[in-house]
Amino acid sequence: MTRAALLALAPGMLSTIQDTGRRGWQRFGVSSGGAMDLEAFTAANALLGNPPGTAAIEFAYSGGVWEVNAESCRLAVTGGDFGISVDGSPLPAYTTALLQRGRTLRIDGAAGAIWGYLAVAGGFDLPPQLGSLSTHLRAGIGGLHGRALRSGDSLPLLSERASVQRERTIARRPARPDAPIRVVLGPQDDYFTAGSLDTLLSAEYVITRQGDRMGYRLAGPALIHTRGYNIISDGVVAGSIQVPGTGQPIVLLMDRQPTGGYPKIATVISVDLGQVAQRRPGQALRFQPLDIEAAQELHRGFVDALDALPGQVREIGAPQRAQRPQRAFWLRN
Amino acid sequence: MVNGMTLPRFLAAGDTALLVEFGDAIDPAVNAAVIALDRALAAAEPFGILETVPTYRSLLVQYDPRTIGHAALVRRLGDLLAAGVTDSPDRGRHFTVPVVYGAEFGEDLADIARSSGLTPEAVIAAHLAAEYQVYMIGFAPGFAYLGGLPEVLHLPRRENPRARIPGGSVIIGGMQAAISATPIPSGWHVLGRTPLAGFDPARQDPFLFQPGDRLRFRRIEQPEFAALAARPAVGGPVASLDT
Repeated sequence: MTRAALLALAPGMLSTIQDTGRRGWQRFGVSSGGAMDLEAFTAANALLGNPPGTAAIEFAYSGGVWEVNAESCRLAVTGGDFGISVDGSPLPAYTTALLQRGRTLRIDGAAGAIWGYLAVAGGFDLPPQLGSLSTHLRAGIGGLHGRALRSGDSLPLLSERASVQRERTIARRPARPDAPIRVVLGPQDDYFTAGSLDTLLSAEYVITRQGDRMGYRLAGPALIHTRGYNIISDGVVAGSIQVPGTGQPIVLLMDRQPTGGYPKIATVISVDLGQVAQRRPGQALRFQPLDIEAAQELHRGFVDALDALPGQVREIGAPQRAQRPQRAFWLRN
Repeated sequence: MVNGMTLPRFLAAGDTALLVEFGDAIDPAVNAAVIALDRALAAAEPFGILETVPTYRSLLVQYDPRTIGHAALVRRLGDLLAAGVTDSPDRGRHFTVPVVYGAEFGEDLADIARSSGLTPEAVIAAHLAAEYQVYMIGFAPGFAYLGGLPEVLHLPRRENPRARIPGGSVIIGGMQAAISATPIPSGWHVLGRTPLAGFDPARQDPFLFQPGDRLRFRRIEQPEFAALAARPAVGGPVASLDT
């Protein structure tokens, strides 16, 4: 009998295995990596009853076509209102589905999002590298052989068959395409003219097509350096807004370079990283300053909200609570 | 006052990281202060620090704001530094790194010789004579930035960067020297190549070097390169760690 697996008939764009990333290796030149939209990723695992941080397939724009090569597999797609179908029948996002052997799942694009997550109940049977399953393309580690997924790839599943249970759903947090992106100024805001700080915080910056898991290049009014655009290289975090000699900012994201030698005018707060990641080329960003204490209060609330996601999952068409255990008992074989 | 050293500055790098900056220069004393704080934090009882990134002149401290807030972290690090974080400069490990110089292993040896007014043999001798310190790992996985390059080898970088140089390249650029661990694009001059694997995810210690390590180069020829390159595959040692 062959191993239980999910087979990539066509894996979608930029599809990689991702979890919450790896800690402790940036000092050796490997940035954290991890899901571009942490909230959508966490919702997928909550829906399926997986431990938080269980690795899923991350894709950009469209999620491709997948075939279940196991007795059965329960899965869920999150990240945006992707056009999802199982053998032609539509399936809503943010909802679990049970697929029997040979069934195919197709994930088409979503209007208001880039990054999506296809998670399976039980997770994938892949080995962690440097403590994580996240694929890091620059380091060639994690996921499946350290690379993006291709047609014909077979991703081994830890679960041969799905449990018998009602399907589940969770409310998707509404996208906020016009919400300002909040930033904490610095660490090198003193490398820019006062006028440039005003410009950053008042002008619109459009996301260009030059973007990937490393970061997004923005286009807008040029930011002016006062002391040149070279600094002695230092450590870079997700959300760093670095400004090279062109004056056009770059927001660095999960697969960012570990260290960098351009001044960083501001840093996107951790809570808004997923919002930036999900905006498409052509969409605008407006930056709003926030003091560090307020940003940390938001961070704590965000982590609490992620921890609370499993409690917000509800069963679809669940009968009265009193009848449910009995029903479930009779369904078991 | 050491050249380039300033009082530490604490700069927020977003809501989950703090940059502790010790100066604005590539300088051994500044870097030693960075590494001393890094080692002190590694040895301290945990108080919410998730990860640190030592670089030339600053330490990036990534932390969990649920455990410690910005102001409390600044106070804590300030107290730690005020109490005195000292570190013996000899605490780093010492490595001997074998290198094949020139020819297809070091494409730029002849150019370097021309630019510096030395013979190729004198370039190699100068590179071999110095002791180097790993200032930081950055840019790419396992890429080791080294201080200690003799002044006679301080040369402008290449006008045309190469799209790809192999892992193990022993390179120089400006006042810096480096060893790459993975294939990278680079505008630095390639002097030679080491068979040591700076990055091997299957190894117990995936990365060979860390900031604070010291090293010297040892000249080898091609047959020894091939023999050394094959050793990790059969479980042999990858580098000689001097005692």
